[in-house]
Formats: sequence, structure tokens, C-alpha cells
Amino acid sequence: MTTVIAPSDLARGTEYAGSRPKRHIGTHIILLVLAVMWLLPLGWSLYTALRPIESTNQNGYFSVAGPYNFDNFVTAWNQGGFSKYFWNSVTITVPAVLLTLFLSSLMAFAVSRVSWKFNITLLIMFTAGNLLPPQVLAAPLFQMFKHLNLPYWFSDSGTLLNTYISVIAVDTAFQIGFCTFVLSNYMKALSSDLTEAALVDGAGVWRQYWSIIMPLCRPAFAALGTLEVIFIYNDFFWPLLFIQSGDRLPVTTAINNLQGVFLSNYNLLAAGATITVIPTLVIYLLLQRQFVAGLTLGSSKG
Amino acid sequence: MPTTRRKVRRLSRQDKIVLTAMVAIPTLIELVFVWLPTLFSIGLSLTRWNGLDLTDIRPAGASNYQFVVEDYPPFWPAVQHNVLWLVFLALIATPLGLLLAVLLDQKIRGSRIYQSIFFAPVMLSLALVGVIWQLFYQRDHGLLNFLLGTAGQPAAVDWFGDSNVNIWAALIAATWRHSGYVMLLYLAGLKGVDPSLREAAALDGANAAQTFFRVVFPAMRPINIVIVVITIIESLRAFDIVYVINRGTNGLELISALVIQNLVGEGQVIGVGSALATILLVISLVPIVFYLTRTFGKEAKES
Repeated sequence: MTTVIAPSDLARGTEYAGSRPKRHIGTHIILLVLAVMWLLPLGWSLYTALRPIESTNQNGYFSVAGPYNFDNFVTAWNQGGFSKYFWNSVTITVPAVLLTLFLSSLMAFAVSRVSWKFNITLLIMFTAGNLLPPQVLAAPLFQMFKHLNLPYWFSDSGTLLNTYISVIAVDTAFQIGFCTFVLSNYMKALSSDLTEAALVDGAGVWRQYWSIIMPLCRPAFAALGTLEVIFIYNDFFWPLLFIQSGDRLPVTTAINNLQGVFLSNYNLLAAGATITVIPTLVIYLLLQRQFVAGLTLGSSKG
Repeated sequence: MPTTRRKVRRLSRQDKIVLTAMVAIPTLIELVFVWLPTLFSIGLSLTRWNGLDLTDIRPAGASNYQFVVEDYPPFWPAVQHNVLWLVFLALIATPLGLLLAVLLDQKIRGSRIYQSIFFAPVMLSLALVGVIWQLFYQRDHGLLNFLLGTAGQPAAVDWFGDSNVNIWAALIAATWRHSGYVMLLYLAGLKGVDPSLREAAALDGANAAQTFFRVVFPAMRPINIVIVVITIIESLRAFDIVYVINRGTNGLELISALVIQNLVGEGQVIGVGSALATILLVISLVPIVFYLTRTFGKEAKES
């Protein structure tokens, strides 16, 4: 085996792959061991969920005795009220993601296409806001919502507490910071000739934004949209703080109560946990590239 | 930039109104739901209040801080746990993610499958991570004790229940998620490193380790900064997982969890909770300011 690298290989940057196949055995062993360890908790959940409690009571959880079926999933779905919780998640996630993308695209357009004295100040404020631990502002937000009186036809608590609006508003406010940061970098990278040409044609600011810049940002929206769906679906804290009625919780926060609902029936708990994993897993499998692009978009500049 | 200047001058009145609205609406939302509450937190930390009637708010000076530091038993354990969380993520979870990225950056067979496996936990909420690991750690029926051969015996450990070990168990669960995230960012970073740098190092006779630590790793400086910031902020934000396990008590105290324990439920002590929140804010501002000066410092000078 030669360590001399041919120039053509260098150009393609493949020297690490081709010339030293021996080293990859070690790599594969490390990766395999880690991959198995990585899959154990999820695999254990899934395995437990597939087994009826009669079987695990008789044979113990650490056994391979059948039968295996999906009964626990059906029972957990019905007893746990998952259809309700998933619907609550949709009710919160869809408006929050759309609002976040829309508002941050407005902001990003304004700060990236027009040079204005306070651009950097505003961007810093937005980005910093996204990085704060949510617990820092929990008390004032809770009290603000509690002391804001609303008519009862609008909210049965008479305040903003226990409403989806409270969660959507705060989720949106928190996520605008990150999306504005990413989108403004994306828009800055677009050539300013594009809007110049539109300007010559007499297009106003809104048309430049809506008909020229927005369509060009589709890849960024796809990536950010996927990311934000996962972020907001996975948000545990704000619904925990604002929503008191158990039947209004989104699924991520509701799993906190599942341990009480299913008592010590670990098979049902495992099925419940697995059900909660499924939507994110589906999004991941379908939109993996978008999700990864979204995560790295945010860090590519720093 | 001359082109931008020209554009600004050509804005019509209508354009100016549109642009103002574009900036004003998101800024207002950001101020009302993020920055005003942050200021209120600082304000409330200097008061005594039960959270019921706004007219009951009484000034209290620094007494809440004094109480937290001197008389509030879970405070110092929580600080220690937050520090431990940071150290563990920084010394174990983050390097593990870097190792995964370096291993997977070689063109090996099945790289994408490995990536998907290591990345899968990043998709899950930390609350769900807590539930899944609860099943794994459970004393009598959890997989870990079966693998250790202690399940069902008196020696079996309740990994999330025993206050001597539960912080470590929670940290391993948090690592499960954090490493995948770090791996992903470093994979992107490694792809961005100019291949000619490695070639130059190889031609100079550097071995793989030298090439990595002296050439490749320093070349990923922007990503390194992002990861340092993410690691610090994650350790300050840690909350969901301990809250799901036992609401952040009995060995799992974290500052973030103490904030919430003082705000909701029985005997609301808003002042004390806000003092804890303000302490958390001040600590958080260190990595945030560091990140912002790195990111925006150059641009601020240019404009």
C-alpha cells in the first residue's frame, strides 16, 4: 500500500477513502458499537410496546417470548387520548410556524434589502431573544396573560391563560429571532440587481418582497419550515406554563401526564412514547435533507 | 454600498409605510413577548408578591437574592448541577459528537445509515427523551438493570429515582441527544474545510492526528464558536428532561426548574422565582454576548 497520493486523487479529495482501507475496520467497529448503544433506548421502547402485558408479566420484560402485536398502541391511543393531543399539537404548530416564517421574512427583507442605521441593533435584539432560556421570562409572561382580562366568549378562562393563542404568540415571538437571523443572511446573499431591476420597472417595496424575494427564498423556507415544525411540536415548556386543562395540552407536554394515566403498565407507556415519536420520525424520513439544511443554515455564519 | 443608498432615496411614501410596518410588527411582538418580560423579571425580583393582585406588589430590595443565596436549600445544589451539566456536555457529549463526525466524514460504507441513527434522538423533544430513558432505566423492568444482571435484586439501582446517581443518568440521556446535534454541525463544518489544507499538511508529512488537531480543527473556527455557545446555552436551558423525571427535585435540581417551582402551583413566591430567573439571565448573557460580538462585531464596524 502506498502513501504517495496521485495528484488526480488529490484534486478529487478522495485520498482518505481509497488509500487506507485497513483503518476503516476499526472505524466500523467503533461506529457499530455506538450505533447499537444509540438504538437501545428507542429499540427497548418499541420492543416493550409490541408485547402484551400478560406476556411480559409471565416471562419478564427481558425475554423474547411472543406474541407480538399492536394492541398496546390501540389501547394507548384510546386511553391516552392521543387523537385529541395530536389535534392540539396541530392547532398550535401550524399557525405558529406560518406566523413565524411570515413575520421573520418581513423583518429579514427590511433589514437585508434596505440599509438602515438600526439594522444591526435590531438583528442583535432578535438573535439574543432566541437564545434566552425560556424560564427567564416565564413569570412575567404568566402574570401578563393572567391579568389580561378577556371576554368569556373569547376565552373561557377570562384571560389569555389556558388558550392556544398564548402558546402560539410566545412560540412565534421566540422563534422569529432565529428565523430572521437565518433569512436575513439568506437574503443578503441574493444579488441586489434583482430588486434593482424591479425598481427600474417601478415595482414598489411590497412587490419586490412578495414577487421577487419570497419566491427566491423557497429553499430557505423549506428548510426553516421543517425545522420550526419540529421545534414547536417538541416544545414542552410553554404549554406546560400556560395551559391548565389537561385536554388542551399538545402531545409533547401531555406525555408528562402519561406516566400517571398508565400507572405501572410499562407496555402502554412504551406504546404511548413510541406513538409520540412517530410524527417526528415521519417528518425526518421525508424531509431529512430540509431539516439538516435548516440546522446547518443557522450555524453556517458565526 | 452605493446601490443601496440610491434605492433608499427612491422610496416613495407608500414604500416607506410598507417598510416601517415590516420592521415594526415583528419588533413589537419581539419586545412585548420577549424583552419586556425579561425586564419585568428583573423588576419583580426586587419585590415581594404572591401573584394575585397587582396592587399587592411590595418593594423588597435585594432580600429575595439574599434569601436565595443564604437560606434556600436547593439553590447551591442547582448551581452545582448546572455546572456539572455544562462540564459533562463540554467534556463528553460534545467531543463524542465531534468524534462521530470525524469518523463519518471518511468515505465509509453505510455512513448515511450511521448518521441517521446518531441523529434520530435530535428529532425528539427532551421531554420524550426523559420518558424513553425512564423505560430504559426503570429499576425492576428497565433494560439497563437486566443487562447489568441486577434486575429484581436488592442491588438494583433506580437510575432516575436515586438522588446519588440520577443526575448522571439524566446527563447520559441528554448526551444521547446533544452528541447527534454536534455531529451534524461538525459534519457540515468538515465538509466546508478546504481540501487543499489537508493536502498541504499531508505533503508536509503530518499524520492524521496532527492534520486534524493542527489544521482541520482550527479551520472550523466559526463552527467551533457556534458549538461552544450551543453547549453552554443547552446546559443553562436544561429543564424538560428533569421536569419529566421528577420536576427537578431530589438530586435533579437545576436553576431553571427552581424558577418554575417558585412560580406555579402552591405558595407562589414570584419575587424569589424572579430572582432565580434573573440569576439565570445574567449567566446566560455571558455566552449570548460572546456569540453576538463574534457574529455581529464585524458588521457593526462596517456600517
